[in-house]
Amino acid sequence: MRDVAVIGVGCTEFGEHWGTSFRDLFVKAGALALEDAGVTGENLDALYVGNMSAGRFVEQEHIGALIADYAGLATNHVPSTRVEAACASGGLAFRQAVIAVASGMEDIVVAAGVEKMTDVGTGASVDMLASAADREWEGFAGATFPGLYAMIATDYMHRYPLTREQLAQVAVKNHENGARNPIAQFQNRITIDTVLNSSLVADPLRLFDCSPITDGAAAVVVVPLERAREFTDSPVRVLASAQASDTIALHDRRDISTLDASVAAGKRAFSQAGLTHKDIDMLEVHDCFTIAEICAIEDLGFCKKGEAGRLTEEGVTALGGKIPVNTSGGLKACGHPVGATGIKQIYEIVNQLRGDAGARQVDAEIGMAHNVGGTGATVVVHILGV
Amino acid sequence: MSVSRFWRKIPQRYNLIGTQCTTCGRYFYPPRSLCPDCRRSGKIVDHKFNGEGTVVTYTVVRSASDQFENTTPYVLAIVELDEGPRLTSQIACLPEEAKIGMRVHSVFRRIAADGESGVIHYGTKFVPTE
Repeated sequence: MRDVAVIGVGCTEFGEHWGTSFRDLFVKAGALALEDAGVTGENLDALYVGNMSAGRFVEQEHIGALIADYAGLATNHVPSTRVEAACASGGLAFRQAVIAVASGMEDIVVAAGVEKMTDVGTGASVDMLASAADREWEGFAGATFPGLYAMIATDYMHRYPLTREQLAQVAVKNHENGARNPIAQFQNRITIDTVLNSSLVADPLRLFDCSPITDGAAAVVVVPLERAREFTDSPVRVLASAQASDTIALHDRRDISTLDASVAAGKRAFSQAGLTHKDIDMLEVHDCFTIAEICAIEDLGFCKKGEAGRLTEEGVTALGGKIPVNTSGGLKACGHPVGATGIKQIYEIVNQLRGDAGARQVDAEIGMAHNVGGTGATVVVHILGV
Repeated sequence: MSVSRFWRKIPQRYNLIGTQCTTCGRYFYPPRSLCPDCRRSGKIVDHKFNGEGTVVTYTVVRSASDQFENTTPYVLAIVELDEGPRLTSQIACLPEEAKIGMRVHSVFRRIAADGESGVIHYGTKFVPTE
């Protein structure tokens, strides 16, 4: 196995892109990544594209070929593969690119993610996102995606000392970070009262506990570490790439409030990298809902179960804190174009490790990305370092 | 959900029929045709559950997909059946009545409809047991 490095990253602004199509979003992110990496399309060996549901959001399948075509790569026949694991599609696409390069099969590979969600109404979006869970036995009964995470929150708050205010602080912190991120969907600061006064979506979760519906695309370029210096003076190494599965339905989990796949993927990643959580300087975790960030911090081993709310309240996970979490603004404030999110996490970590993160820059040499599909049926964890 | 997809699970949805692995004794609802513990050495048979259970966790859904939009707010829960398996179902009770540990039993109810002229989906909900 070869060591792998990221040599370039690109990301569109996240938000409601009424005037931009699915393919144009992708092309923009891909062009930014290639420019950053200093490579051209003729150099590429392969493309891996994370996308959850273009078939339902924009009624288009065969995304790999579409993207290769509109990226100008069809005439030189660059292989292009769509990767799908619901909201973890992006993280999984990155992992496929890393595996391809590590194996020696391919040298210069683009991993990308794209989702165009606003071409359908909110009700239809809610229905599509519910298909990340068990359609026949959760969705059929009326389970929405916020509803499933709300049941995690109900269970969690029944068993552990998490206050409603501590949960709200997750969103307040992520909006603070989003306000410093020029690509974030929401660049406004909010207060705990903003969260507590927003409408209930699924008790106890309110509107400001939920990540939004977003259009966006992100792309990164990976190469063998031994070739990275041909392209850049600041490569970022991939220190670990781990993935784990769990039951598709929340009701079949061993523990409602613990994402066992996060625990498993986290342990595998630490083992691969030969690191412990003390070595990690920053985290991008999958905060599709505020409760998800609380669970992620604990399940990855950064504190004991039941402690993440207090750590959030004390500022430990804020920009100036001991372990900054979701410096990008997370899914909550940066936005959550589902297939693109996992790649955007890599984009954010690379920017932080290279010192390119502007007003939200933290002091970091090693970062971890945590991308969740569904309510935890797929989890992908990466560790990057300089 | 397509008509055929709903139709093929009517016995399971209407009558709370799941499965059991007679090799290890474990019960499954929703039904499974492969036991995760015994895998290919497991023997799977149908099993009708008695419908008694306990609420493990719950929420009140206030913003739903188009199919459920005019039934909000509704109580959604994970129920543990007395035989062991857990399932996701609505509890036909007021939002303020729902609580963890509440005893419930199954009832036959209308779940949703595919628009005004589409198929009506019936199935199992739960109600509080006095």
